[in-house]
Amino acid sequence: MIPSSFEYVAPTSVEDALAALAEAGDEGKVLAGGQSLLPVLRMRLNAPEKVIDLGRVEGLRGIREDGDTIVIGAMTTHDEVANSELVKEHAALLAKATAEVADPQIRHRGTLGGAIVHADPAGDLGAPVLALDAEMVIAGPGGERTVAAKDFFTDLFETAVGDGELLTAIRIPKHTGWGAHYEKFVRVAHQWSIVGVAATVKADGGTISEAKIGLTNMGSTPLRAASVEAALAGKSASDVADACSSAADGTNPPSDLNGDADYRRHLATVLTSRAVAAAAAG
Amino acid sequence: MTTRSIGHSVQRREDPRLVTGNGRYLDDLGRDALAAAFVRSPHAHATITGIDITDAWEVDGVEAIYTFEDLDELMARPLPVLIPHPALTHPRTCLALADTEVNHVGEPVVMVVARDRYVAEDAAARIVVSYETKPVVVGVAAAREAALAVHDDVPDNVAAHLIQEVGDVDAALACSPHRLTIPLTIERSACMPMEGKGVYAVWDRDDASMRMWSSTQTSTGVRAAVAARLGIPLARIQCMAPDVGGGFGVKINHPWPEELLVPWAARALGRPVKWAEDRREHFVSSAHERQQLQEVEVGFDDDGRILALDVKVWHDNGAYTPYGIIVPIITATQLLGPYKPGTYRCEFWSLYTNTVIVTPYRGAGRPQGVFAMERTMDAIAAFLGKDRTEVRSTNFILPQDMPYDHGLMFQDGRPLKYDSGDFPASLAKLKALVGWDDFAAYREQAEAEGRKVGLGIGCYVEGTGVGPYEGGHVHVETSGQVFVATGLTSQGQGHETAFAQIVADELGVRFEDVHVTTGDTRRMPYAVGTFASRAAVMSGNAVAAAAKVVREKALRIAADALEANPDDLEIEDGVISVKGAPDTQISLSTVAVLSNPLRYAFDDAAKAATQFAGTFDPDKPPVAEGDEPGLEGKGFYSPTQATFANGMHAAIVETDPVTAEIRILRYCVVHDCGVMINPLIVEGQVHGGVAQGVGGALYERMAYDESGQLLNASFMDFLVPYASEVPFIETDHLETPSPLNPLGIKGAGEAGTIPVSAVLASAIEDAEGFPILSMPISPSELWELRRQRASAAAHSATTEGDR
Repeated sequence: MIPSSFEYVAPTSVEDALAALAEAGDEGKVLAGGQSLLPVLRMRLNAPEKVIDLGRVEGLRGIREDGDTIVIGAMTTHDEVANSELVKEHAALLAKATAEVADPQIRHRGTLGGAIVHADPAGDLGAPVLALDAEMVIAGPGGERTVAAKDFFTDLFETAVGDGELLTAIRIPKHTGWGAHYEKFVRVAHQWSIVGVAATVKADGGTISEAKIGLTNMGSTPLRAASVEAALAGKSASDVADACSSAADGTNPPSDLNGDADYRRHLATVLTSRAVAAAAAG
Repeated sequence: MTTRSIGHSVQRREDPRLVTGNGRYLDDLGRDALAAAFVRSPHAHATITGIDITDAWEVDGVEAIYTFEDLDELMARPLPVLIPHPALTHPRTCLALADTEVNHVGEPVVMVVARDRYVAEDAAARIVVSYETKPVVVGVAAAREAALAVHDDVPDNVAAHLIQEVGDVDAALACSPHRLTIPLTIERSACMPMEGKGVYAVWDRDDASMRMWSSTQTSTGVRAAVAARLGIPLARIQCMAPDVGGGFGVKINHPWPEELLVPWAARALGRPVKWAEDRREHFVSSAHERQQLQEVEVGFDDDGRILALDVKVWHDNGAYTPYGIIVPIITATQLLGPYKPGTYRCEFWSLYTNTVIVTPYRGAGRPQGVFAMERTMDAIAAFLGKDRTEVRSTNFILPQDMPYDHGLMFQDGRPLKYDSGDFPASLAKLKALVGWDDFAAYREQAEAEGRKVGLGIGCYVEGTGVGPYEGGHVHVETSGQVFVATGLTSQGQGHETAFAQIVADELGVRFEDVHVTTGDTRRMPYAVGTFASRAAVMSGNAVAAAAKVVREKALRIAADALEANPDDLEIEDGVISVKGAPDTQISLSTVAVLSNPLRYAFDDAAKAATQFAGTFDPDKPPVAEGDEPGLEGKGFYSPTQATFANGMHAAIVETDPVTAEIRILRYCVVHDCGVMINPLIVEGQVHGGVAQGVGGALYERMAYDESGQLLNASFMDFLVPYASEVPFIETDHLETPSPLNPLGIKGAGEAGTIPVSAVLASAIEDAEGFPILSMPISPSELWELRRQRASAAAHSATTEGDR
C-alpha cells in the first residue's frame, strides 16, 4: 500500500496551481486534505504523474461574510467549518453535517472543497450544500465561473469542475434563523453514511413555511427531496411524517454490504421525518 | 512481611512503553534492510501460464526477483501440515510461491527484494503474470454442493470428515418426547490485529548463522520451520518475537510463506531483508475464521432435559489446511458447554473453498459451537414455554459431577474431561448481575414507551492451557535483579507483569526486581507458543517451577554461608534470613556471587567469590559434583490435559422498531478462570474479548463475491467496532481453582469473545419474537427478517381467510 512514484508540486497561488494543472494535463491530480486521495494512491487505484498540493495556496482557506452570502474557501478544514460562528449562525445545516464527518483526525485534515469535488455519494457534505442552494466558484484558465450546486454534481465522483479547473470557494446564501439538522445513519460512528438526510426549515410559530432537504447516498449524486419540501410548506412542525413519506421518490439508492436499496428507501423516509422534526425544533 | 503479588491488580508494566510509542514492533527493526514485496494472485482459482519479470528489472534499486522456479528443493516443497489428524484425509498446503496453480486471491506468486519498499512495490507492479482462470468455489454451501472442485484430486472438496458419538443418539432421538431441528449459519470474520505479520532476517555469512524476528505467536515454531526449509542446524538460527501488535490467533499459524522466503532471501543475498505486511495483504493473504453451516437435531423431555443432541457442521477451511482441523474439532467438542446431554453426536465436514485459509481466531471454533448449543437451549425453552435459564439449569453438569468426562477426544488428543467449575453458582451470579428476574417489568415499561427490548444469555466452557509444555528460566544476577525467560511469545497480554508477579511470590523478591523476556529462542529454546488461552497456565506454572528451583538453591547456599539449616530460612524482598532471627541474614545478590566461584574479580562484590577470599572450603571442588555455577534454574510444566475455564454472559439489547438498529444497553459477564494472577489483566482480557465478540456479532463479515474477490478488504468497508460501539461491560468473577496445576489457574485470553454472538442472537430474538438463526446480523438484515415475517403473516392470514 505504497503509491507509485509521482512528482509533487506545491504552488502558492491559484494562478500557479492552474498553470501546474495545465502542464500536467490528464496526468495531474489535485491534493486538498488528502483524506480520499491518499488511500486511492496507496491502493494504486490511481497513479497520477503529478500531484498538485493546494495546501500552500494563499486565499483558499477561511470563512467570510459577503453581504447575504457566506463564502468558504475550498481548503477550509471540516473542523474549521463545523466550529465557525459564521457558519453556525447563517448555514447551521452545513456546520451540523460537517460535525458528523468521519472522526476528529479526519475533520482536522479533510477540507470542504476536497470533499465536494471528490463527490462521493456517501460523503456527508454534498447534501447540505445542495440543500442550502450553494454556489461553487470554479477557477480555470479562462477565469472564474460560478455553478449552482444543483448543476454541480453530475454523476458518481463527477462534478462540473472541468479539466484544468479548480474549485476555489463555496458560496452559501445565508439561512439565518433556519432550523437545521443532519440525520446520519451509520453502523459504526466513523463510517460513511449509509443514508444521510440534511434538513433545514424556516418555521414560524410552529408552522413550517419553507423546507430544504438534501439526501446523502440515495443515488449517484446528492439529491433534493423536492416533493417532501413542497409537502412540508405550511405544515405543522409537530406533524411531518406524512409529508416526509415521499422522501425516497425518484431516488436510486445502491445495494451494498450495509443495506439493500429497499432498506435505504425505508430509511430515507424515516430519517427525513426525524431530520425535519429536529430541524423544526431547533 | 512481603505482600503476595498474585491476586493483586498490579498495573501492567509494559503499558508505559507501549502507549507512549516506545514499543519495538517488527517494522521498527532493520531500518536499512532490503525490503520485500509480493505479487499476489488477483484470481481466486487459476492456472499460471507465464510470468514476465523483464520490466521489473528496469526499476532502479531492485536486488532480486524470485519465482517458484528459483526455489531450491527444500523451499519448493509444499508448506507443512502442522497438525496432522487421522480424519484429515486430504490435507493440502500452499507453496512458498505458487507454481502452476493459485487457489485464492492473495496467494503469493512472485517475491521482489529491493532497496526499499517503494522500489519493491514499483517493481512488483511491473511484473506480468498470465493466468487462465478456473471456476471458483466460494462459500461453504457451494463447497458442500461440490459441483466444482477447489483441488482436482480432492473428492467433494472434503479435507476431513469426522464423527464423534457418545451413546446411541439415534435410539435416544427416536424415543424423545420432543424433537426440534435448527439450521444455523455463522459468517467469516478475522482476527485483524493492529499490526500485521512481519519478518526480518539477518544472515551472518562468516558465522553461517541466522538471526530473525517475526511478528509471531511462536518463535520456537518459526525457528524450527525455517531451519528445516533452509537446511540450517538449530544451533545456527535464533528467532525472536519483538513487541507484537496483537495476534488473536492468526500469528500462531506458521511458517507463513513470507516467514520462509525472507530469511531464505537474506541468506541468498547476504543482506538483511524485511517484509512488513500491509492491511490489504492481511485481508487477502493471512487467515480468516468462523464460517460454518450447522444443523442441530435435538430430542428432549418435558423438563427440557436433552436426551439426544445430533449436530452436523459444514466448516469452511478455505483453500488450504496448514493448521489441520483444530477449529472444527473445537467446535464439535466445546459445543457441549456446561451441559450433559444424554447422548451426543457431532459430525463435521471440513471443506475447501477458493478463499483465504482458515486458522484459529480468538475463540477458535468455540463461538460457533456455543452458538449452536445456546440457540438450541433457547429453542427448547421457547418450545416448552419455560424460562431460558431453567432449561439451562436442568442440563448443567453439577459441581459434584467434577471431574466430568464427556467421553470425547479434545483438540489436544486427550479426553474432554472438565476439571472444575460451578455452573449453578455462575448462573446465580449472572442472574443477579443482570437482574434476570426483574426484566419482565423492565420490558413492560419499555413497551409502554414504544421501545423494543430483549434479554439474552449464553454460557460456555473453554478448554484452556493445552500442552504439550512450556518452560521457564530464572536467573538471579549478582545485582540481585531477577531475569526470567519463557519461550512463548507476547502480543500484549501483560506477560511481563503477570509472570513477574508469580516469580516475585515464588522466589521472595520484590516485583520491581523481576524482569521478564518472552519469545526469544536465545533465552529459552524450548517452547510451544501463545494460543488456546494457555500462556498463564503453561508459562505461569513453568516460571513458578523454575523459581522454586532457584529458591532451593539460594537457600542451600545461604544455609552454608549462615551456618544454618535451609529449612529454618526464609526469603523476603530479596533477603534470606533465619526465621525468628532476622539479623542473621544474607542478601540474594550475595548468594548469587557465592553461587559462581571466580578466578577474576570484575567488581567489588565479585571479590567474595575469588580463590583467595577464603569463602570456599579448600578441600572441596568449588562447584560440587552434580551442581552448576550460577543462581539460576529451569522449570517445565507439562499437564496431562487441558484445564477448563467457563463463563456466562447476558445482554439487554434494544432494537429500533422503525430502523431495526440494534443497541446493546447492558452487557454482563460472569467469568471463572480459577485463581486470577492479576484481576486487572483478566478484566482487560474479558473487555477486549467482548469487544471482538461484538464485532463478530454485529459488524464483521468477509464479503466475497461469486468470483472469489473480497469486496471489503479494507477498514473503509470491513467494519470493526470502535470504542463508540463497544458497550460498557459489567463483570463479576467466580474463582473455582483448577486442581490440575499448582497455581490453580485456568486460561482467560479468549473467554470474552466466545459467547457474544450467541448472547446477542438470544437478546435480539427475545426483543423481536422470532428466531435468529444467522450471525452476524445488521440492521438491514433484521429489517428484512421483519419484512419477511410480516409478509408471511399477511400471506397466511389471506390463506386462512380463503378456507
